Amino acid sequence: MEVLKIATAGSVDDGKSTLIGRLLYDTKSLTDDKVEAIRKSSEQRGYDYLDFSFATDGLVAEREQGITIDVAHIYFSTLKKSYIIADTPGHVEYTRNMVTGASTSQVAIILIDARKGVIEQTYRHFFINNLLRVKDIIVAVNKMDLVDYSEEVFNDIKSDFEALNAVSTYAEQQLTYIPVSALKGDNIVEKTDAMPWYDGDTILGHLEQLEVSDVQDGGQTRFAVQNVIRPKTEEYHDFRGFAGKIKGGKLKVGDKITVLPSLTQSKVKEIYFFDKTYQEAAAGSSVVITLEDEINITRGDMLVKSDELPKIEKQIEATVCWMDNKQLQPGAKYLIQHNTNKVLSKIDGVKHVISTQYGSHQDANNKLALNEIGSVSIKLSKPIFYDSYQDNKANGSFILIDPQTNATAGVGFID
Amino acid sequence: METVTEETQTKATISNTSVLEINALESEAIYIFREVVAQFENPVLLFSGGKDSITLVRLAQKAFFPAKIPFPLMHIDTGHNFPETIAFRDKLVKELGVELIVRNVQDSINEGKVVEETGKYASRNMLQTTTLLDAIEEFKFDACIGGARRDEEKARAKERIFSVRDDFGQWDEKNQRPELFDLLNGEIELGQNVRVFPISNWTELDVWSYIEKERIEIPSIYFAHQRNIFVRDGLIWSADDEVVFRAEDELVEEKTVRFRTVGDMSCTAAVLSTADTIEKVVSEIRDSKISERGARIDDKRSEAAMEKRKQQGYF
Ligand SMILES: Nc1nc2c(ncn2[C@@H]2O[C@H](COP(=O)(O)OP(=O)(O)O)[C@@H](O)[C@H]2O)c(=O)[nH]1
Ligand SMILES: [Mg+2]
Repeated sequence: MEVLKIATAGSVDDGKSTLIGRLLYDTKSLTDDKVEAIRKSSEQRGYDYLDFSFATDGLVAEREQGITIDVAHIYFSTLKKSYIIADTPGHVEYTRNMVTGASTSQVAIILIDARKGVIEQTYRHFFINNLLRVKDIIVAVNKMDLVDYSEEVFNDIKSDFEALNAVSTYAEQQLTYIPVSALKGDNIVEKTDAMPWYDGDTILGHLEQLEVSDVQDGGQTRFAVQNVIRPKTEEYHDFRGFAGKIKGGKLKVGDKITVLPSLTQSKVKEIYFFDKTYQEAAAGSSVVITLEDEINITRGDMLVKSDELPKIEKQIEATVCWMDNKQLQPGAKYLIQHNTNKVLSKIDGVKHVISTQYGSHQDANNKLALNEIGSVSIKLSKPIFYDSYQDNKANGSFILIDPQTNATAGVGFID
Repeated sequence: METVTEETQTKATISNTSVLEINALESEAIYIFREVVAQFENPVLLFSGGKDSITLVRLAQKAFFPAKIPFPLMHIDTGHNFPETIAFRDKLVKELGVELIVRNVQDSINEGKVVEETGKYASRNMLQTTTLLDAIEEFKFDACIGGARRDEEKARAKERIFSVRDDFGQWDEKNQRPELFDLLNGEIELGQNVRVFPISNWTELDVWSYIEKERIEIPSIYFAHQRNIFVRDGLIWSADDEVVFRAEDELVEEKTVRFRTVGDMSCTAAVLSTADTIEKVVSEIRDSKISERGARIDDKRSEAAMEKRKQQGYF
């Protein structure tokens, strides 16, 4: 079955957890014992309605404070698709969680409180999903029940949001505006009578008609070698296979390939998936590949089609989102994890911090603090084989690991 | 039902369809297994004999074929396992030719490291943690692969795929590493280890559908069978096994039941079911109105039960 990954974004109390709970409840994905638990928790707090945020807020501290602290993954399915939703917290200081959620999602739902409209934080939510090139964005104008289901309020918010989109750098991004009430269930799964002026899809209706292939990122074929498979058994005495996941395009038997960094050329001999061989495999497949020629290949090497070489450089420019308490500073050393490669690197400079105000730059002071996003130059101890993030997400992104603490300190998107 | 035989293990065949069909969840799990083997020196697969860990074993086979699974399996045996599970386990490792390590909760009790619970709700589920942590230290495992899924429970929904544990096996839920794209950071310090969850993103139904599609053999207690049972707190308990506490006034009757999970017998309840084939089990799960963990008493103790156990080093 097709799997669609969705991230949510919105400020605290805009209703993200409630919306997800509503999706689960109205698609009958919550089992009786879970609905019972939600009913109990709601009653204990003296509510006369079901508070669906209890379906997702899982940590003790979250339930006590009524907020979401960490990204939670929620699962439900319809007859058509399996859905994975990341419930990400909306506080300013949790930018890192939002970036994390967006990095694995093909669709984002950005929530706006109908009473508040487009606010400072909405810019940030949109900016992050734009930067990470999340293909399909649903702008859910929530709490419509609190503004008398007013068409005017909805239209005003829509045109404010369109103003943000005017400066977008990602032309193919698809925006869909839906007026909803997560609490009452209007336009989440069921169409509502409360807003006869709206004739578009419900949230689920929109998700159901999306083709997963349309929201997936394409690009040129990249095969980063994870392991070398050498069984050394009788049947497979001389077998040397390369295990990895195909990213970007597809691979066929007979394809002319180049091995990086050695630049040796060969051809795809066989494509294994478990105990069968295939003529062709597409992006997303975890396969084992054998080559026509005996070439020395190890983890971290990359196979590409000979007429589709990536860039090979020791110096990169990237947009970095910083996720560590220790600031990013020039001269600092980090391990770069890019595909299956780990390379020591040194920060050359921080050019500017990108403001939450869309498109404008802010003085960086040559540093990046926690939750800041900026433009950074990085020097590598050996070359990596990369594409720009725009051309190939998987081969244009990396994480920075602090060699002292082993923390994942930041994430980068190569220019 | 087809089993994993020597032939399917060692000889590849040419597929009759020439284009590989992608199963996104399977592909992701295989990718994770390969990252574990590349990034760690001494991984182990924690094998309970349940459907999730059996699924892991199949995925591990797929990840490294035609080579054998390049790490051992380890079973933390509570001593309260269904006999069917143990028989199944031993048969499986023999067929695969992989090493099996068994460490017993009973030994931890005998050594005075943990104290057996008593009473109506006594279970050895909590005690497993000590035995597990001791075994990790004994073998110096740096990565322990487990079959936990995020859809099982709310605290699990916050779990990472590579989840770092400190020297005491503790989970620091508020200070977890962000996981971006499919980049898994396996850097750890000496003494730390990582718990790895390759089927994090699978649901219970995904697992069952996979078992059906792959024709994977599973222990017989997952299928409907006749069993002497008694009912307590609305849950159905096995009356055939001594380790399950039963008060004298709790009446025994024979019913057709099956188990949805096969954990410790003392805290795993059965469900009334006539599903005696994998196809019937899959459609039963699809229509099911009670979540899987609803049949496990250890989670019913309190709303925060799982979070607390995880902080202490439980899987
Ligand atoms: N009236 C109304 N209240 C809502 C709606 N959606 C959410 N809420 C309430 O807003 C509060 C915050 O919701 P929650 O889902 O926790 O927000 P989150 O912080 O974005 O996850 C809760 O009290 C909800 O009951 C809505 O559509 N209408
Ligand atoms: Mg929330």
